[in-house]
Amino acid sequence: MTTSSSTGSGTRPDGRPRKQIHLAAHFPGVNNTTVWSDPAAGSHIEFSSFAHFARTAERGKFDFLFLAEGLRLREQNGKIYDLDVVGRPDTFTVLAALAAVTDRLGLTGTINSTFNEPYEVARQFASLDHLSGGRAAWNVVTSWDAFTGENFRRGGYLAKEDRYARAKSFLSAATELFDSWHGDEIVADQESGRFLADPEAGSFAVHDDFFDISGRFNVPRSPQGRPVIFQAGDSEEGREFAASSADAIFSRHSAYDDGRAFYQDVKGRLAAYGRGRDELLILPAATFVLGDTDEEAAELAREVRLAQVSPQTAIKFLEQLWNRDLSDHDPDGPLPAVDPIVGEHTVAKGRASVRMYRDPIATAREWRAKAEAEKLTTRELIVEVTGRQSFVGSPRTVAETIDRYVQDDVSDGFILVPHITPAGLDPFVDKVVPLLQERGAFRTEYEGTTLRDHLGLAPLKPRTAVAR
Amino acid sequence: MSTTPAPIHLAVALEGAGWHPAAWREPGTHPDALFTAAHWTGLAREAERGLIDFLTIEDGLRLQSDHPYRPDHRTDRVRGRLDAVLTAARIAPATSHIGFVPTVTTFHTEPFHSSKAVATLDYVSTGRAGVRVQIGGQPDEIEHIGRRRGEADIAAPAGAEDRFAEAADYVEVLRRLWDSWEDDAEIRDTATGRFIDRDKLHYIDFEGRWFSVKGPSITPRPPQGQPLVAALGHADLPYRFIARSADLGFVTPQDAGQARTTVERIRAEQAAAGRADEEVRVFADLLVLLDDSEQAARDRRDRLDELAGLPDPEVPIDARVFAGTAAQLADLLQEWAEAGINGFRLRPAVLPHDLRRITEELVPELQRRGAYPYRSAEDYARPATLRARLGLPRPANRYAAA
Repeated sequence: MTTSSSTGSGTRPDGRPRKQIHLAAHFPGVNNTTVWSDPAAGSHIEFSSFAHFARTAERGKFDFLFLAEGLRLREQNGKIYDLDVVGRPDTFTVLAALAAVTDRLGLTGTINSTFNEPYEVARQFASLDHLSGGRAAWNVVTSWDAFTGENFRRGGYLAKEDRYARAKSFLSAATELFDSWHGDEIVADQESGRFLADPEAGSFAVHDDFFDISGRFNVPRSPQGRPVIFQAGDSEEGREFAASSADAIFSRHSAYDDGRAFYQDVKGRLAAYGRGRDELLILPAATFVLGDTDEEAAELAREVRLAQVSPQTAIKFLEQLWNRDLSDHDPDGPLPAVDPIVGEHTVAKGRASVRMYRDPIATAREWRAKAEAEKLTTRELIVEVTGRQSFVGSPRTVAETIDRYVQDDVSDGFILVPHITPAGLDPFVDKVVPLLQERGAFRTEYEGTTLRDHLGLAPLKPRTAVAR
Repeated sequence: MSTTPAPIHLAVALEGAGWHPAAWREPGTHPDALFTAAHWTGLAREAERGLIDFLTIEDGLRLQSDHPYRPDHRTDRVRGRLDAVLTAARIAPATSHIGFVPTVTTFHTEPFHSSKAVATLDYVSTGRAGVRVQIGGQPDEIEHIGRRRGEADIAAPAGAEDRFAEAADYVEVLRRLWDSWEDDAEIRDTATGRFIDRDKLHYIDFEGRWFSVKGPSITPRPPQGQPLVAALGHADLPYRFIARSADLGFVTPQDAGQARTTVERIRAEQAAAGRADEEVRVFADLLVLLDDSEQAARDRRDRLDELAGLPDPEVPIDARVFAGTAAQLADLLQEWAEAGINGFRLRPAVLPHDLRRITEELVPELQRRGAYPYRSAEDYARPATLRARLGLPRPANRYAAA
């Protein structure tokens, strides 16, 4: 063994107590991380795939399972994008069904605050929390685009700059609804005939810039009081939203230096809201490739990247930066000689990554320089620049790396994104989890029953006590 | 009259501790467990053991009330409920054959959301899902959502026409979204790198008076093609809605004569809408109290009514209340079936008491009379989907090339 210093130790080298790692499983998504062309790849829709994935995560004592959401199929050049996995089931419905095939695993769903209403979402999450015995979590996301809005009654009604304001109001309204039942209203005394202790149970009123609602919430207080709240946005507003209101962040900062910087930044914002550093967990998405040896894993990782970037996919990625039709471009030739088109209109719709290229012309120059220096074809370049595996190596190397990252405050754990559905998580659970457990860095049994218990979050008290 | 009676299909309507307002006070009920998965799973398993075709689950975006349009502030009734689609999804994997028809509210819930939710329920139950569309739109519900103030509410006569027209649009959008993926759209063609054949995905481009929806759905076409669409109706307007838009209608006749005229009205509306050759099932709702003797059932009803302060002219009861023995109920079901009713949605007054009487006494009684669709558990296990169970075909996809 190369690094034995921390095995089973109760403290980190600097004397601080050893952190316990939090692990979650992200069901493979509708993007090119997911390799559907592998012979082992199964259905992304059938419930049996979700059940297998959830049971594997629970076998590995994971904190929770994570589902993403998209409310309009992605398009490129005005056509439905057909190279990645397309289609997914309804988040709430799958999570409720998964509660039937698991006992402890947390169930985290991404639900949009733009094309929903607080009363409906609050009752869905409160119901999920009841039906799962306290395992529900909500990843609150926003969208603003008229493209997605075309599937909903209101269309593209929300200005981009208002989306976090609405999200904050939405969450605050939902919290008012969750707290409208305090937990002691249902007495159900058969003898006296008193079912409710309070004739006004569930009364609520919200009047702000976005919502003007009042009445009676109809789901009694759920086991956790409310779902655990996740936030995923990366902008300044997103980070403040998380620091003020979230229990955990689903971030994209899984690399060492980047992760440490993000961790310090966000944890540093908590004090301003009167919150402790343990009250917000940082959990980046992370991919992994395992091999018997580090060398074998590196070779497998290369093969996975090639499968993730088919020649056709390479061209589509190119179009997303160049913002023009490049369907005739040769994926095995050099990058296009022309510059990207810069403008509001984008060829790709319904995908978050498009907005990541803030300066397309500069990025194109960087890509060209890299391709020329390393003699890369278009496809090879795209393989290099559009993604990498977070953890590649033997099970021991991956276990050591994950543990080191968490102890060094890159994160509080990771949301693992396998590239094969549904069995891609199995090798991690079978080979890496036991090593993390051996190191004393990960639980060997669930200690509590609720997701808040797994995440080390204190139970919630109702906002107000019933006055009687 | 034929010598072999038409088979009588049975659905059971689940609601709280039972349909009688005082049900929760009966010995044997567990009113403190109504919000647990175990309560619902136990009832579903009992119904499945008893060879019931499907369960319905009530819902609404308002707290229960004895008053149809506003809160009642009572403390002596069951109040609070769980989302019906999620409850169905939670219990579906714990069963193998029984169907699930949860309630969805058309006035507020986005059709795009409910379409994918019900499609997904069809996936998690492997083809056993349906949806009961309920109009909603009561004044208290409107205040809960806050987006449709000022529109004529369901309590106003002018509102009802609009709300049913909107519900018809809603069902049209549900069905179009379910069809928006052809069954074989997923191709996984490694040669061309294409996961789907996008020519087999379709924009639904629905534009109506109340909403527009572009599509396609994010969820592929569910196992049944289109899950079962059901609706409850008590008058001509909803009968027309059932005849034009639903696969199954729940109706509330008080006797065999009314059962006959109700079925005739729905069939006439069906013909007027050009759906005469399509199958629309008509089920009659009955609230049932079953005991060893008619006297015992009536005594129990009296006792419950007294506890609940019934009858009360302020509390409307839509379905006929039946109190008697399983054999007497079987007589009534056969009589109404002769009048054209295809099946029955039984609302147990008390759970699980009256559900057990259905599964342990009524179903065997109908089997003995040769009037039940399944002679055995093997028979019951044969139909693979809810539609197949009711003898309804898997709908052709409107977008698929002929």
